[in-house]
Formats: sequence, structure tokens, C-alpha cells
Amino acid sequence: MSFSPSRLFVALSAGLIACAAQAAEVQIAVAANFTAPIKEIAADFEKDTGHKVIASFGPTGGFYTQIQNGAPFEVFLSADDTTPEKLEKEGATVPGSRFTYAIGKLVLWSAKPGYVDDKGEVLKKNAFKHLAIANPKTAPYGLAATQVLAKLGLSEAVKPKLVEGANIAQAHQFVATGNAELGFVALSQVSKDGKLTEGSGWTVPASLHDPIRQDAVILAKGKDNPAAKALVDYLKGPKATKVIKAYGYDL
Amino acid sequence: MSTTFELSVADSGAAARSASVPADGIRARFRLTYPGFALDVDLTLPGHGVTALFGHSGSGKTTILRCVAGLERAAEARLEINGELWQDSAAGVFLPTHKRALGYVFQEASLFPHLSVRRNLEYGMKRVDAAGRRVSWERVLELLGIGHLLDRLPGRLSGGERQRVGIARALLTSPRLLLLDEPLAALDLKRKNEILPYLERLHDELDTPMLLVSHSPDEVARLADHVVLLDQGRVAAQGDLQETLARLDLPTAFSEDAGVVVESRVAEHDDRYHLTRLEFPGGAVLVARRPEALGQRLRLRVHARDVSLALHRIEDTSITNVLPATVREVVEADTPAHVLVRLDAEGTPLIARITRRSCDQLDIAPGKRMWAQIKAVALLA
Amino acid sequence: MPLSEHDLSAIRLTLELASLTTLLLLVVGTPIAWWLARTRSRLKGAIGAVVALPLVLPPTVIGFYLLVTLGPHGPIGQLTQSLGLGTLPFTFTGLVVASVFYSLPFVVQPLQNAFEAIGDRPLEVASTLRAGPWDTFFTVVLPLARPGFVTAAILGFAHTVGEFGVVLMIGGNIPEKTRTVAVQIFDHVEAMEYAQAHWLAGGMVLFSFFVLLALYSSRRFKPGLS
Repeated sequence: MSFSPSRLFVALSAGLIACAAQAAEVQIAVAANFTAPIKEIAADFEKDTGHKVIASFGPTGGFYTQIQNGAPFEVFLSADDTTPEKLEKEGATVPGSRFTYAIGKLVLWSAKPGYVDDKGEVLKKNAFKHLAIANPKTAPYGLAATQVLAKLGLSEAVKPKLVEGANIAQAHQFVATGNAELGFVALSQVSKDGKLTEGSGWTVPASLHDPIRQDAVILAKGKDNPAAKALVDYLKGPKATKVIKAYGYDL
Repeated sequence: MSTTFELSVADSGAAARSASVPADGIRARFRLTYPGFALDVDLTLPGHGVTALFGHSGSGKTTILRCVAGLERAAEARLEINGELWQDSAAGVFLPTHKRALGYVFQEASLFPHLSVRRNLEYGMKRVDAAGRRVSWERVLELLGIGHLLDRLPGRLSGGERQRVGIARALLTSPRLLLLDEPLAALDLKRKNEILPYLERLHDELDTPMLLVSHSPDEVARLADHVVLLDQGRVAAQGDLQETLARLDLPTAFSEDAGVVVESRVAEHDDRYHLTRLEFPGGAVLVARRPEALGQRLRLRVHARDVSLALHRIEDTSITNVLPATVREVVEADTPAHVLVRLDAEGTPLIARITRRSCDQLDIAPGKRMWAQIKAVALLA
Repeated sequence: MPLSEHDLSAIRLTLELASLTTLLLLVVGTPIAWWLARTRSRLKGAIGAVVALPLVLPPTVIGFYLLVTLGPHGPIGQLTQSLGLGTLPFTFTGLVVASVFYSLPFVVQPLQNAFEAIGDRPLEVASTLRAGPWDTFFTVVLPLARPGFVTAAILGFAHTVGEFGVVLMIGGNIPEKTRTVAVQIFDHVEAMEYAQAHWLAGGMVLFSFFVLLALYSSRRFKPGLS
């Protein structure tokens, strides 16, 4: 296949004109745990609406600080519900735009098949050396994990064995590399279409911890961007909901 | 320094020192190649006195010294010091430097900056077991005049003092062989003159053989008994100092500074004219009054360019030092206008540098008896 | 007292970690630096590059590979398990091992420079004064390279104190074991406890400044012979 310079030029200009004419861009900040689903959703969204999504992935706390300091994000998909609420109180959002786009499900997971039974008895047996959780001070999944342990009356028993990841991604890494035999991770990290992709796990009943609400909000910078509003609407729609559920989130 | 010629009784037989090597000497054979440089020498050196390795930079003299010390490992080497085998590549013998009983004086004194003079001196001495210490602490301090420097750090010494400490430090290991790598080269003239007497004292008062690397003819003439002339990694000549310097078949590199060294003795002081008569085998010269006592040995250097020749003894001249001499050899000099004439002044070799024209006019040829007029002598002490 | 018990224990742990790491770094780094300074081997470039890797690699890369290689399925993890030591991640020992690797160039390079600055001559002088190689090393090289050792120790210590990414990735944030000051500060910031973060972070800034001040004002004595 060969390109002549003129053909390349025509193709490029056509692309540029198409963007400028009908589409707006929306710049979004997305909690790291939602990376995979938002990519899929954004692809559908771009195809369906012609708008373009520019996504940054990272820690919720980090995004909070950046937004406070003038970061150019227009939509924020948080890993919790407290950070968007805080931003809202501080007047950094479009009032009334906050909503829960996903509810995280916690799973006790091991990379070893058959290691975790489907009732979580493995926790009580306490025969492991390391139990990984996300930092409960900063990560909603970590907080949920400590609530589960407290409800099961195991807080003290497992305390010497707890290893903390700075976030849920790191907790998953500890377990995936076998350094921790098991850990509380997000179901979305280890499942696809309702099935574990590897290892063994126990999906923790939602009654054992406060719901892990992940809230989204339109930021002040996205106030006049039609694409921001369109994305938020799209997230609430059936196509996106299907994707979100397939990744192991509740709604 | 020029005075009237005085003839003394010829003493031809006893003059020349033997050039043959004693059984307890140094046998050194080194062959090594670096890019752009090859060393290939086979040396037989006396086991006493000072042997100078003399030549231009790049002639390999320092490399030889480093090979002797074991700092450089020649591919093909054999080294025997007074009957002790230090190295033999054929037999796989290689004594590492720290096991060789040698002293090494580097060009720059290379004192350890973190140690006081005392601890620098003790460094090598402590590493020789008490039984092997033949050189006394007090004597070395006295010989080199460094007793008052002991508590100083090397950074607070002058260049000359540093070098004296360096020499003392090497001596205190009671070496069987002392290696000196241009010990004066890094010093200015004043410092050189400060050190030279100490080196002469070492020569006169210690029985440690020394290998001295130098590119200064004056230094060699003053200190050495034996000389090895090196040229591009090979030995151009070796032998007794006086005989070797009097040879005319040496590479041109040496002929421009041609001359002889004469070993003399203070024979008489003339207080009226303020002169001193220095005697040597075959003659004597008058020089300006010297402080040395009668009988003291003094070395003279007579440059070829300071010697002229006459067929008859000329009385009406201001040149005072005139010696009868027999022509032994005439060779080309480094310029076509000149020739070098080797003479035998009744047992003392002399070289004269004269024009080719004079040579023809005076019909100078081997066997001819002539008068050598010495315009100047350089006193090497 | 604006610092909590947790903050203080993080400081204690960090100082312990940095001290032990520095000590090990000097022991491990000295022969490496000596070899690099003296060798004419063709491997010099390769070994030098490996030692310098932590200078350019992001801590995430180092942390990730340490997690994998020290983990139960990694080669070093297998080794430590077969020796009955268990695995190293989430342990203080693991942090020490990681820090030694991570801070190695900060110790090796000043030492290598110091050794190179000494040159051949003092070694030759010592050997002509009957000192064998070990003797020479301890009586001549070490004293002459002292400024290099001071620099190396300060940099190694400071860099270990300031190390964050690797500790985060293999430490597991365990109080008194792997929760260092840098991680503690990260936690405070993430939890939006800015006041506490300030105390620790400001302390780090002051500490680092004084360390560097000490380093730059100690650079007077130059190695070499007189």
C-alpha cells in the first residue's frame, strides 16, 4: 500500500473538517477502576454521537487536588461518592449533575484456583500469610473491606496479615503476583460477563459493607459543553448500563 | 675556570675502572610491545654504584624501571638481582612488586597526603620485618636532612623536601636495589641543586645499588658510574660512564652534547691566584678556588665544544689548561662543518669538536700527538 | 505535638531502613565501584549500565519487577523460599533489599569517581613500599577515597529516605514494618489530611536541604598525592 502526499493531505483535512463541523470534545477524569468499561462506553458514544472523548485515568484523590487547582476536566467519574459531593459543596460542579453511575462489588479473590471458597470460610481459617486490601483511608474498596472484616469479627485476627495497596489496582497486583495469597478487590477487576477470568473468589454480599457508590459529576469547566451533557446522558442509557454491569458493577 | 696547563706524571695503567660485571650484578631481559612502542633490552649491570638509564623521552628508560619494579609486566622477561630470581616468564615466575626488596623514587615524590612525614616514612619500614632492616632510621633522616619535618603533612613541604622524604621513605625499606625515576625532573634548578648533594651522599655512603632514570647529561655525569644509553626501546650503548661517554659511535642524539667526564681529586690550593689544582690520571687542570678539602674527589665534565687542538704547545695564550694527547679516532659530527676527535690524554679520554677545515689543515689522523686546549670545565659538584 | 504516633513510627522506621540500607550499600557498592574504576574488561560498560538503571527507570518499573521477581513465583522468591526465608515483599527485609538495589547508583558512582580520582600512582607507591593489595586498599585507598565515601553515604541515605514508589509497590503499607515517611505523607495527602501532610513533608524538605548542604560544604578535600 502506498500513500501519495496529496491523498494523505486530503484524508487529513477531511478528518479535521469533520471534527470541527459536527463534533465537540469532552475531557474527562476517570477513576482508575473504571478504565476498561469507560473505554468501551466511550467508543460506542463516539460512534453514536460523533463527539470525542479525551479521558485521563488516575486516583480519585489526585484528581480532586488537580480539579481544585484548575485542571481542564469537564466530567469527573469518581471512585467514590464523597469526592464529587465535596466538589459540589465547593461549587466546582454544575449543580444537580451528580449521579451514581456504578456501584462497586467487592470480591475476596485469589489467583489460585480453588483457594477461596464461595462462602469466604478461608478468612476464618486464617491459614494465609498476607491479605491484600486497598488503603481504607483513601480507597472506597479498602474501606468496604475493613467493614466486611469487622462484620465477620475478624478485624483483630487478620490485622497482622493485612497488606495495603495504595489503591485497589495495587491491591489486585499484590494478589495477582501471588505475593498475597488473597485480597479484597473489585469484582470488575477479575471478572468479565459475570464470570471470574482467573483464580477463585467469593463475591461479598452487599449487606456486609456500605455500598460502594461511584458518582459522576459535570464540572464547572464543562458547563457549556454539549458533549459533556451528552456523555452523562449516555452513561445513564441502556447501552452503557449493559457494559457497566458486564464489568461486574451493580446499578 | 681556565688556567695554565700543568702536566702531572702520567698514571695510565690504574686509570680506567673495570667495566666488567661482577657475578652479583643485575641481569635484566625485557621484551614488550605497546601500540607504537617496543622495548627489547638485555642488560647486565653492576650490583653496586649508580647505573644511569639515559635517553630521550620515549626511549624506554622509565618502562625498564617499571619492569624491574614489577609495575609493568613484560611479556617476555627474566630478572635476576644479585643471584635472586624475581621474574622469569619462561618459568612462570613473577614476584609481585610488594614482594620485591626494592625502593622506588617516583618523579613526583608521591607522598601519601593523608599521612604525616613520619607516617609516610614508617609506611614501608613497618612492612619489612625487623631482621631485614639494615638501614637505620636516624641515619636516613640525617643523610637526607629531614629530621625537622617529621610532624608535617606532605602538603606543607616544598618540592625539594617532598622529594627528600620520598627518597628516605624508599631507603627505609632497606632495598637491595633503589630505583630512581627522574627524581629531579619535577624540580626547578634551585631545588635540583638542593637534592643533588643528598643523592651524591647516598652514592658515596650506601652500598645499595641504584638505577637512575634521567634525560639530563649533567645529572648522569654527576651521579652515575655506569650508563645505559637507550634509543627507541633498545640499548644503544652500555658500560662504564667515562668510557661510554667518550665513545664516538653513539647515535647522533648524544653527539650534540658530546663530552667526557673526568674523575679528579683536589691536589692543591693556590691562595695567591685563588686557584685550585685538580689532578686526574694523565694530567691536571687549574680551576677557580674550590671550597673542598685536599684529597676530595670531584667530577669534571669536559664538553667536546670546549676542547681545541694545536700541533705545538702554544705559550702565548690565555688558555691555561693544555694537555698532551694522542689522536685515537676522527668521526663525523652531527653537522657537516665539524668532526669529533677522540683523544687519549695520557690515560684520560677527551673529545674535541673542531671544524673539518682545521682537521684537514692540521692533518689530524689517528696516532698523531697533539696538544688539547681546554677552554672550560664544568665542575659537577 | 502535631505528629501522630503513626507519623513518629514512620519516621523511626524510615531512619532504620535508611541506616541499614546505607551500611549494606557501602559494603556492596565498594567492591562494585572498585571493579568499575579499575577494570579494563569489556563488561565494564554493561555492568555500569545495570548499576545505573535505577537512575533512569521509573520506580513503578522497578517496583513492579521487584514484586514479580521477589514474589512466590519469581526466581528470587523461589530462592528465598527454598532457603526457608519466605518471600520478601511486605517485609522490612524486602524493603532493605529493594532500597539497596534502588539506591545503588547513588553510592557506586561517587565511590567509582573517588577511586578513579586516586589513580594508579598511590597504589604503585604502596606496592613499592611492600604493601599487598588488601593492605593497600585499607591503608591508602580507603583514606584517600574518604570524601567519596562521605558523599556516597549521604546520597545513599538521603535517597533511601526519599524513596517512595518502590516502597509503595512492594511494601504493603504495614505500620512499623513498611510504612515509611514518604508513604505516610502520600496517605495523608490522599486522605486530604493536609495539615499532617505538611508537617511531615516540610520536615522532609528541611531534612533533604540540610543533607545536601552538608554534602556540598564537605567538598573541600580532594584526593590525590602530593
